[in-house]
Amino acid sequence: MTSFDKGTALLQVEGVAKSFTMHLRGGLTLPVVANVAFTLHPGECVVLGGPSGVGKSSILRMVYGNYAVDAGRILVRDRKQGAMQDLATGDPRTVLELRRDSIGYVSQFLRAVPRVSALDVVAEPLVARGIARDAAAERAALMLKRLNLPEALFGLPPATFSGGEKQRVNIARGFITDHPVLLLDEPTASLDATNRDVVVAMIREKLDAGTAILGIFHDAPVREAVATRMVDVSAFSAREAA
Amino acid sequence: MSDPILSVRDLERRYGTFVGCTGISFDLWPGEVIAIVGESGSGKTTLLNCISARMERSSGEIRYRMRDGRFPDLAELGEAERRFLMRTDWGFVHQNPADGLRMRVSAGANVGERLMAVGQRHYGNIRRTAGDWLERVEIAADRIDDKPVTFSGGMRQRLQIARNLVTHPRLIFMDEPTGGLDVSVQARVLDLLRALVADLGLSVVIVTHDLAVARLLSQRMIVMKGGRIVEQGLTDRVLDDPHHPYTQLLVASIPEN
Repeated sequence: MTSFDKGTALLQVEGVAKSFTMHLRGGLTLPVVANVAFTLHPGECVVLGGPSGVGKSSILRMVYGNYAVDAGRILVRDRKQGAMQDLATGDPRTVLELRRDSIGYVSQFLRAVPRVSALDVVAEPLVARGIARDAAAERAALMLKRLNLPEALFGLPPATFSGGEKQRVNIARGFITDHPVLLLDEPTASLDATNRDVVVAMIREKLDAGTAILGIFHDAPVREAVATRMVDVSAFSAREAA
Repeated sequence: MSDPILSVRDLERRYGTFVGCTGISFDLWPGEVIAIVGESGSGKTTLLNCISARMERSSGEIRYRMRDGRFPDLAELGEAERRFLMRTDWGFVHQNPADGLRMRVSAGANVGERLMAVGQRHYGNIRRTAGDWLERVEIAADRIDDKPVTFSGGMRQRLQIARNLVTHPRLIFMDEPTGGLDVSVQARVLDLLRALVADLGLSVVIVTHDLAVARLLSQRMIVMKGGRIVEQGLTDRVLDDPHHPYTQLLVASIPEN
């Protein structure tokens, strides 16, 4: 991958605030977080900590552009041009471009597309970047093998897979590219010990290659194995102030 | 970054004093799929018909990037040039395949007719190309001489897609393309559309009331109510973090989004 200097910030979150206004509940406003600020550099694995409901997943979703922000900036280093781009403006084309090249996301649950095989689900991010379908499929197969997904499943759509199988497809899809920033939302939640260890090894390889990872890991052994720093999200909680 | 292929500014269509749609502005870039969602009567089909030159607008601008790079308002084009666009550079996939097909001529002729409209005359070539397209939309080669009246709903819709794509259009308009199909058949048509749009790098404006269809096919979404755009943006952002009361209602109305 285009490697960035250790001192180069790859992700910089500044003064981000988020609340939900529920119009179907009479306009009730639920504050989530305020003044969120942190920075990620190459090779860092920053873990978002704090109790359930404190806003960890909301922060990940904002950083991926999936949730809008009320205030603040989310600067992502553009892999191609090397400049920081503000993903928080919500401009769809900027967000899509950053997602294709610069920021990846492994969600907790795979959103299965009908009739698309596991292998194609995993290969798709490579195809989107212009890699030939055959070469992409070959790399996808290697990835799935490493995660011990039975080969008989490669050609099947993941809709009927078990929770752990779906999650491995999702991980393979997220790890197949070399996005400089990777967001992980509980990637090992439904995995057995063997596969959990595979994922830990894969995360370490990413870090060694200079990827910056922002994640949520409730599983303490995994967290201890990969985290280089904790960010306590309780410090950004907007709930007390409400 | 490239230039938009379609640009709409302050578009309005009135029916007497009734407003069909108003204040509509958006751009569409090459290779992009934009979904227009909203309930019946929200103005989404009026909007689609105006931008595809099937209906006169009352006011506003609609510009289209021609193959030679010009970016004229559709109103500046002569009738002949506009017809040529509709027959070659554009496609229109109707909800009811019968509106987009000729039901009493063969499947092969339905596809071949669009080729003849762009000047192809060699029967063998036309038939071969038609056959290739039937295969691409998963219609068995031995059905090429059958009339669409003998086809199932899903097959008719796939045939309509082939008829539209055979001339290698750059922009496709779709009006509820899976609206009239059984759920199991819908999945197949949607998957086919998804693959073709990606492989051919098509730009698409798709009208749908089905948020799952919008999520599957589009990168950007426009939500309409009462003839106006109430919310627009990245499709997954609009669906997962809707801001407008109407979008929140739409999203909350489906069982598990």
